[in-house]
Amino acid sequence: MKYFKIVLLILVLAPAAKAQDETPLIEKLKQKLNQVHEYVATGKMKTDVAFIKAPVGNVKMYYQQPNHFKLVRDGGISILPKGGISINMNSIIAINNYVALSAGNAMVDGYSTKIVKLLPMNENNDIVLTTLYIDEKNLLIRKAITTTKENGTYQIAMQYGQYSNWGLPNKVIFTFNTQDYKIPKGVTLEMDEPLTDADRKRMQQKNGRVEIDYTSYTINKGLPSGIFN
Amino acid sequence: MLTLLQVELYKIFKRPRTYIAFIAIAALIGIIQLGLKLDGDAYVSFVMNNVEQSFVFQGNLLNGYLVCYIILQLLLVHVPLLIALVAADMVSGEANIGTLRLLLTQPVSRNEIILAKFLAAAIYTLLLLVWMAILALFVSMWLFGTDDLIIQKTRYLVQLSRNDVFWRYIGAFGFALLAMLTVAALGFLLSIFADNSIGPIVATISIIIFLTILSTMSIPIFQKIQPYLFTTHMVAWKEFFDLKVNADNAAINGTIQNKQQIIQSAGILILHIVVFIGIAMYAFKRKDILT
Repeated sequence: MKYFKIVLLILVLAPAAKAQDETPLIEKLKQKLNQVHEYVATGKMKTDVAFIKAPVGNVKMYYQQPNHFKLVRDGGISILPKGGISINMNSIIAINNYVALSAGNAMVDGYSTKIVKLLPMNENNDIVLTTLYIDEKNLLIRKAITTTKENGTYQIAMQYGQYSNWGLPNKVIFTFNTQDYKIPKGVTLEMDEPLTDADRKRMQQKNGRVEIDYTSYTINKGLPSGIFN
Repeated sequence: MLTLLQVELYKIFKRPRTYIAFIAIAALIGIIQLGLKLDGDAYVSFVMNNVEQSFVFQGNLLNGYLVCYIILQLLLVHVPLLIALVAADMVSGEANIGTLRLLLTQPVSRNEIILAKFLAAAIYTLLLLVWMAILALFVSMWLFGTDDLIIQKTRYLVQLSRNDVFWRYIGAFGFALLAMLTVAALGFLLSIFADNSIGPIVATISIIIFLTILSTMSIPIFQKIQPYLFTTHMVAWKEFFDLKVNADNAAINGTIQNKQQIIQSAGILILHIVVFIGIAMYAFKRKDILT
């Protein structure tokens, strides 16, 4: 009787387990994103971290297959969350050896999406798990939550426009966890300043955000030599 | 009055002691610049350790603007000592060598003499700061280039765009002049009461060190008296290097976060200068000149 139950359970769950495999969808996405061999993008970057006061800056992004990515502030210093900003969709999808499992459906920004859990098989990969919210109809990733070994968990939300045929977003909102920041007054030698309510509210914010508004892409037209060195 | 001022300036710049401060500043700034040029990245990495655990900085972090800020932070605590060397000697030095009585036989009022002497000390202070600005800012810009200025404050980190920094330094040096004039006025006041230079110089230096320590210690009982100490307000030049943010937490170029603090601190320092010089004039008028 016990064996009969186990066999019955296997027979019932086996088709369901097969249905959960989303490898074909990921491969389709990969094909779409693989149209882009390299790009140079320009945009504006806004950093919103409780303990950082940074101006909005013009940035330039360089990407080359399979996973080379570089962000440069146009005239100035860029402050980027460690490891995280280089995680773009092309590099996530560039993983070859993975398991893709369905985890249901959800609405993202008014679009119906399929939730896919992407698990890299290579144990040395920094990415441990990525949850993708895929707009199957338009074959676009609307949102991704990535957990890494070294740099915590990141959420990347994407909005698309004229470059959606290439799978490239017009806007990326990158959300990450931040640590506390405090330097003793004896080191900075500053005057004591009373905290306003707005300051206090801002300081309590534990998530950081980096928003990049892409203004243009130059796709598959080559890159400046040595840009990733 | 102008002749008196010229005479006082001549006396200041005739003394070898005057040039000690210029040489000391040049040597200190040169050493800091050399050290940062040779191993500045390690220094920046050490200072930014708190933030570099979570963030990556791309760009020329160790640029001329940051080097100047580091130098100002280090030196503006010590420059008062160099100013005291001259300011606290202005009257007592003359009393010591016996020329004060001779000076007062001239057909000028005591107030004019005091004002001329203080103005001469103020010009010396101004020249010292201009010298410091040339070496700390312009030479650093030439040696290290320019880029955005990133400053770590007690509660947050500020990024100033490179085209939004220079005017802040002009403001900071202007404010530093007020702070140093307060020290000069204190030294000058003390020099009225002594007949030798050592006493007022050491007294000025001791007062500055004592009050600076009280101003920087984050102990609640000291924090209550800190707003009343002029040394607390001497560091308000740093307020030039902080800016406002908009509702989206994006920094607004060309703004100052706490302009009111700068105005208030400048007012307090000016008040100290006026009070110190006022007392000096009053005391000098009533002083029985015996030497």
